[in-house]
Amino acid sequence: MNFKSVKKLSFSKLAQSPIVISLFSLILSLVVSGIIMAFAGFSPLEAYGAMFVGAFGGLSNFADTLGIATPLIFTGLAVTIAMRGGILNVGCEGQLYIGGMAAALTGAYVKGLPAIIHIPICFLAAMLAGGLWAVLAGVIKIRANANEVIITIMLNYIAIYLTDYLASYVFKADGMVVKTNEIMHSAVLPQLYPHSRLTIGLLFALLAMVFIAWILKSTILGYNIRALGQNPYAAEAGGIRKNRMILFTFLLSGALAGMAGAIEVQGVHTYFISNFSNGYGWDGLATSVLGQYNPFGTVLASLFYGAMRNGATMMDRMTKMPPDFVVIMQALAIIFIATPSIIRKVMSIFAKRRGQI
Amino acid sequence: MKGITKRFASTLANDHVDFSVEKGEIHSLLGENGAGKTTLMHILYGMTIPDEGEVYVNGHKANITSPREAINNGIAMVHQHFMLVEPMTVTENIVLGYEPRKGLCFDKSVAVQQVSELSKQYGLFIDPYAKVADLDVGTKQRLEILKALYRKADILILDEPTAVLTRGEVDDLFRVLRTLRANGKTIIIITHKLGEIMAISDRVTVLNNGKLIGVYKTAETNSAELAERMVGRHVSFSVQRTATEKPGPIALQLDNIHYIKNRVTKLRDINLRLHSGEVLGIAGVEGNGQTELVEIITGLVAASQGRIIVGNTEVPHPTPHRMIDLGVGHIPEDRNHRGLISSFSIRENIMLGYQTKSVFSHRGLIDITSSNNYAKKVLQEYIIKATGTEALASSLSGGNQQKVVIGRVLSQNPNVIIAAQPTRGVDIGAIEYIHQEIIRMKESGKGVLLVSAELEEVVKLSDRIAIMYAGEIVALDTPDNFDEYRFGTLMTGLGKRKDSD
Repeated sequence: MNFKSVKKLSFSKLAQSPIVISLFSLILSLVVSGIIMAFAGFSPLEAYGAMFVGAFGGLSNFADTLGIATPLIFTGLAVTIAMRGGILNVGCEGQLYIGGMAAALTGAYVKGLPAIIHIPICFLAAMLAGGLWAVLAGVIKIRANANEVIITIMLNYIAIYLTDYLASYVFKADGMVVKTNEIMHSAVLPQLYPHSRLTIGLLFALLAMVFIAWILKSTILGYNIRALGQNPYAAEAGGIRKNRMILFTFLLSGALAGMAGAIEVQGVHTYFISNFSNGYGWDGLATSVLGQYNPFGTVLASLFYGAMRNGATMMDRMTKMPPDFVVIMQALAIIFIATPSIIRKVMSIFAKRRGQI
Repeated sequence: MKGITKRFASTLANDHVDFSVEKGEIHSLLGENGAGKTTLMHILYGMTIPDEGEVYVNGHKANITSPREAINNGIAMVHQHFMLVEPMTVTENIVLGYEPRKGLCFDKSVAVQQVSELSKQYGLFIDPYAKVADLDVGTKQRLEILKALYRKADILILDEPTAVLTRGEVDDLFRVLRTLRANGKTIIIITHKLGEIMAISDRVTVLNNGKLIGVYKTAETNSAELAERMVGRHVSFSVQRTATEKPGPIALQLDNIHYIKNRVTKLRDINLRLHSGEVLGIAGVEGNGQTELVEIITGLVAASQGRIIVGNTEVPHPTPHRMIDLGVGHIPEDRNHRGLISSFSIRENIMLGYQTKSVFSHRGLIDITSSNNYAKKVLQEYIIKATGTEALASSLSGGNQQKVVIGRVLSQNPNVIIAAQPTRGVDIGAIEYIHQEIIRMKESGKGVLLVSAELEEVVKLSDRIAIMYAGEIVALDTPDNFDEYRFGTLMTGLGKRKDSD
């Protein structure tokens, strides 16, 4: 009888662990979407099979999965670092476009540099542009004491239309398509797998993960950010300069989102083209939540999202299943993770069953 | 109300309290912080369920378990913090939950008509179409009273109704209350301001430490007697202080500090000199400016006027960062609010405020080993019971949490210590320990500003005591020159010039 209680205890402890909750949410979302698919008259097994093949079947597919995950890692980390500082940055999409434009222009108009210098300069331009765009939101938040969610959302539209304007008129390349001039060859990111979306951008994404984790854990800056995020009143009493830290957090977050734009422009398109993002900035919110605001967790969640996005195209090709089902899956995963009490309840039902056996 | 008893954890908030009001009287409920006034009234209003005792309304036993039932019994409460829907109009707020209807729809014209009739009847003038967000505090309070009347309340409970009002507004309020009394309404006022009690109420019930002390007719008593009863005999004046050597140099000086917040003057003309090697106690009923005073000294808010001098340095624009740098240590009044980050480890909490010091970090990088050793030392030195330095602050008991806050500040060897309510919510053992630490700090030559609502604590530890009332320091003297009578009168605003007129 002691044994039973020990087991139950460990199970409930397990249910507190963020990784377990994330994983369980994902599994549950797959199960529930499977049920929905079955009700809609599709075979979930066939669909998941096609998705799996599309995401992981063969090196080429897997490379694309990683390639799609790369910008998601950046936007996810952008949301994560802001969230840890108590700031909900919903403006990644806009910061991504601004960063993408900066990378495209630096890539196209700065000439005569070797790749080893040109690529970092483009990155720097993208980070600076995205970061400053985010800082703008921070300034408005502080000055007007306004809610950053609304400001960052609104700045998204301004950023998207502003870059669209630049691509349509000021920096428009010749031809019918709304895009800027091709970037120099020296600014194009080398591919890690031929003819795929996978470039050295992934390495920089992983580097960014390590960097953000290090900032949060080992630096006073990260300590201050976390303190403000956890208890702004105590942080204030502890002499942490709140406004300065808010601006810095926005800068860091926007720089990461800007990097996502640079990766897409320099790695996939080789120019800035209108609407290139596919909602990477928005999905960054999802991967950050799914990763429980942990840098490593965010990367894992981004890989999962990359796999789902990539697998969806295969599912679309191989089955009659509409690719929109992937959106349902992603949404369910977020709903489950946002309601850990549901997860705990489901897990405790399993625990009870086990106890009866 | 008969034999009301309510326990919260180990404290008796109400200990077999009998309380009665007559129809058509204004009755004051008097007591210090934590005397049990609010608990007793929350029981009457159904917000708290008593452990023992019965409530009778108009002679009938009433089983009030929710505010809704209290309202059905004709009892309404006007809280200190108003419960109003700011973007809605006066009329909408008043009828909310009890709207007149036309079919399925809200009948606005009838509502407006009812509201204007009601306000005419009681002389509570208010524009029924005004938006609540645009009203001033006095009008909002009038609105709360109207809301109660609209719900056909016969018994109105007002919790510290004058705390947020200016003097002119207090007069208006009293006029309204007299009109209500003339209309046969019963009014209960929770308060600690004696001047107001003498001005408005018919009878007074005094509570102390959860116990009923007595019920007095205002006409047959005087404020001096009430003050003494309120403070009670629980203040022990047996002082075991070490004899005060001659005071050291000035550690902290406040000149002419004024602070105005939301048009209400919170602090007026504060002049204080805290010497090294002394404990200066700030006594007074909570909410008389102590919190604001601490926030100004620690740089959390900016004074509207006045100078702050630490040691020999005048600080023109104090910020928490600057004050910590100048050696002003802050033990915040609420450890869960400003004191601790509960999701941080003990080590991280001990760093807070001092994180850039070389024990904790070099060039922006946290030195985990060194900060861990430091935290270990603090755990040992301040006898904090914890599983380790990486345990979360939230895993500690209240007393140990407080010791973390205190250990953090005292181990940094500050010159000035601002200790606000340092023993609030901690067990007796921890209280004793914290008191010893404060004395130890004083003896090692620090200046300690002790802000506490516990009179006993202030008397026991302080070399000098300042009493705050309504944002002013109304007395500053050595403990021997105070007795319970003087404390009672000063803390309730009687010791200085008449303030109600």
